[in-house]
Amino acid sequence: MSVPRVWQRFTLAERIARAILYVCVVIAVVWSIRTIEVIPEFLYDAPEQTADLFSRMWPFDWAFYPKAIHAALIETFHIATLGTLIAIVLALPLSFLAARNFVSNPLLNFVAQFIFVASRSVNSLIWALLFVAIFGPGALSGVLSIAFRSIGFVGKLFGEALEEAQVGPIEALTAAGAPRSMLLVKGYWPQVEPAFWSIALLRWDINIRESAVLGLVGAGGIGVALDAAMNNLYWDQVGLILAVIFAVVIVTEIVTSSIRSRIL
Amino acid sequence: MSVTRARPPAFPVNWPSRLAWIGLALYTLYATSILDLTWQRFVVGLGNGAKFLSRMFPPNLAADKLALISDGMIESIQIAVLATFFGVLLSLPLGLAAARNLAPGWLSWSARGLIAVFRSFHPVIVSILFVKAVGFGALAGILALIVSTMGFVAKLFAEVVEEMSPKPVEAVRATGANFLNLLVMAVMPQVTARFVGLSVYQLDSNLRNSTMVGIVGGGGIGAPLFTAYQRFDYDVVLTILIAIILLILLAEMVSGRIRRIFL
Repeated sequence: MSVPRVWQRFTLAERIARAILYVCVVIAVVWSIRTIEVIPEFLYDAPEQTADLFSRMWPFDWAFYPKAIHAALIETFHIATLGTLIAIVLALPLSFLAARNFVSNPLLNFVAQFIFVASRSVNSLIWALLFVAIFGPGALSGVLSIAFRSIGFVGKLFGEALEEAQVGPIEALTAAGAPRSMLLVKGYWPQVEPAFWSIALLRWDINIRESAVLGLVGAGGIGVALDAAMNNLYWDQVGLILAVIFAVVIVTEIVTSSIRSRIL
Repeated sequence: MSVTRARPPAFPVNWPSRLAWIGLALYTLYATSILDLTWQRFVVGLGNGAKFLSRMFPPNLAADKLALISDGMIESIQIAVLATFFGVLLSLPLGLAAARNLAPGWLSWSARGLIAVFRSFHPVIVSILFVKAVGFGALAGILALIVSTMGFVAKLFAEVVEEMSPKPVEAVRATGANFLNLLVMAVMPQVTARFVGLSVYQLDSNLRNSTMVGIVGGGGIGAPLFTAYQRFDYDVVLTILIAIILLILLAEMVSGRIRRIFL
């Protein structure tokens, strides 16, 4: 009688690779826990500190809203929206360069990809540091840092959408003698338009969130008010600002999801 | 005599979409004027930019600065590793609780509410609160990134669980299995690959954010970066930026490899 065959879901190589990965995860976590510097003395009074923090935040300083928060909130909104628009304008041509089916030049593809990676690797707060050093504090630095951080995101995703476009309509237009610009407008654009809007909305949603913290380094918006309130230890104002940010983010999410379900 | 008929245009004009584009253009002009973004400021800034760049180059590679930077980078990596590990562990139950096809209504709605709160605050804002609660240092950064990890991974994990096929679940349930068996035998085999993909993506994202929580006192490379910036040591800033970009590129390579093992 033959030995009953043992069935395995994964091949031996797959199982070894997974086992190595599990070991690596354990090593990384253990190494991090053993060597990270945590000051235990700070932890003893953490519950009291947290309770103290919330008791200082409540009740909110409602009078502060019309004084400083409202204008800063509007500025934050404009920074996020304008930054997203500039990012889209700058990223669209680059994503055409990055799409290998539209531009068949490896060097140009690589240059565009490199710009996307550089843009995405640097966080928007760090972009804001650089722009505040160049253009000084204010909304201009905020808009530019949002825009430069978003170029990589929008460009990468839109470039991938372009690469997935069907060749059928393009070939049909080419056969009819359409110029290259019409290939773009009537061949590619209708195919990638849903992807374009969903990418733009997603990034706008993220940017509303990110623009709220840019003010911590002086790049305008509600973060400036937050920074000032924290430095003055006016926790009732901090609490109000956090509540306002929370409300704005929730409203943005509702708006983007309703637009998305309507146009897509 | 032949009747000439006007041929309908091949591509009719889409007026609503044109109006929307015009509206967008008008908004751009309006917002530009509101924010006081003038061309003159931009040009003045470009002059500053040249000065700024000339002070950045060459990057400062002095031994004491490099030691400081490598300490900060290692702490950032540790923050990201620990935040991802614990955040992902906590996301498993939270994501399952938020999935409407497994959890009862009251549980999934409260889990969803919690996830919405976690998601809506930027990690930097969360780390401000944790710095106040547990003091300066890496722990505040870890806790802040755990919160943002749970916001992202648990939300998408819940969506993955909701999309899975109900058939294996029903089959296992029909054998009289308890809930734990159901999870291990019917749910996990279907969703593990996607869950690992989400976790790896979040590791990337945590690495990016762990370089930043230090700006508000949450530990990692952010603190040396912000100090160098405030002291106008722009050459050190450049060295740190190069280190961060190299770390992110390395992380993208590693996460690509992990994804290939699991997907």
